[in-house]
Amino acid sequence: MEKRKTIQKWFWVWEFEKEENWLNEMAMNGWVLESVGFCAYHFIRCEPGEYTLRLEMHPYDEAYVQFMQDTGAEYVGRMMMWIYFRKKAADGAFDLFSDIDSRITHLDKIGKMLTAVGGANLLIGIANTFSPARLGWINLLCATLLMYCLGRIHGKKEALEKERLLHE
Amino acid sequence: MSDAMALTESTYYILLSLMMPQHGYGIMQRTEEMSRGRVRLAAGTLYGALNSLCDKGWIIQLPVEDGSRRKEYRLTEQGRTVLRNEVARLRELADNGERVLKEC
Repeated sequence: MEKRKTIQKWFWVWEFEKEENWLNEMAMNGWVLESVGFCAYHFIRCEPGEYTLRLEMHPYDEAYVQFMQDTGAEYVGRMMMWIYFRKKAADGAFDLFSDIDSRITHLDKIGKMLTAVGGANLLIGIANTFSPARLGWINLLCATLLMYCLGRIHGKKEALEKERLLHE
Repeated sequence: MSDAMALTESTYYILLSLMMPQHGYGIMQRTEEMSRGRVRLAAGTLYGALNSLCDKGWIIQLPVEDGSRRKEYRLTEQGRTVLRNEVARLRELADNGERVLKEC
């Protein structure tokens, strides 16, 4: 029986929960994430349900990875701004966020990143529209897409903020 | 934000756990023990909260001892005052709740 496999898959930025669910389903089926690449997920055999996977957007921060490891989580890898952790299910429940505030803060971080990258593309796009190569449309297209992502993230944040009015 | 505002449940239990020096995982365990398993702090939430509480001066990070890589934290005098005020606020909430419910 094969021990390792790689799956190519694409998730939009607002689908990070879907991505996490998919990784947990894979673990349920006996494949745990071992490392990540660009749109590539490398898995290794595990006992079905042996691990819980979590991912979040977090700028590079050695102290944070250390902190997570101290609480019993394993660092799997990172791709762009996303960081992947896993923990053995036998070691207890594993979540990254336990209240609405920190979920909102997480969405804010994603939003800031999208605004920065989207804004840069917009500026480059406008500048390139007047350049001889006329390739500015590529950046403008990227900027539009990133702004759409930002809208989706904002929608998620609004839903949480509405809940925050009544609960913690 | 004003220091007189209500604390979140996470903040409240983090402060309570830090009467004695404690590292991150210790705070998670203490909180779960005290709340009899009801409140579980997730590591990401705790990490963010510890940084904000240090910025506010309610807790401090203790110097890291040789041979240990885990950072420890402890409540400050200011943190203790915040906690005392919060307990008074919670008592008022609970007292009012009980009184009103008894009436009907």
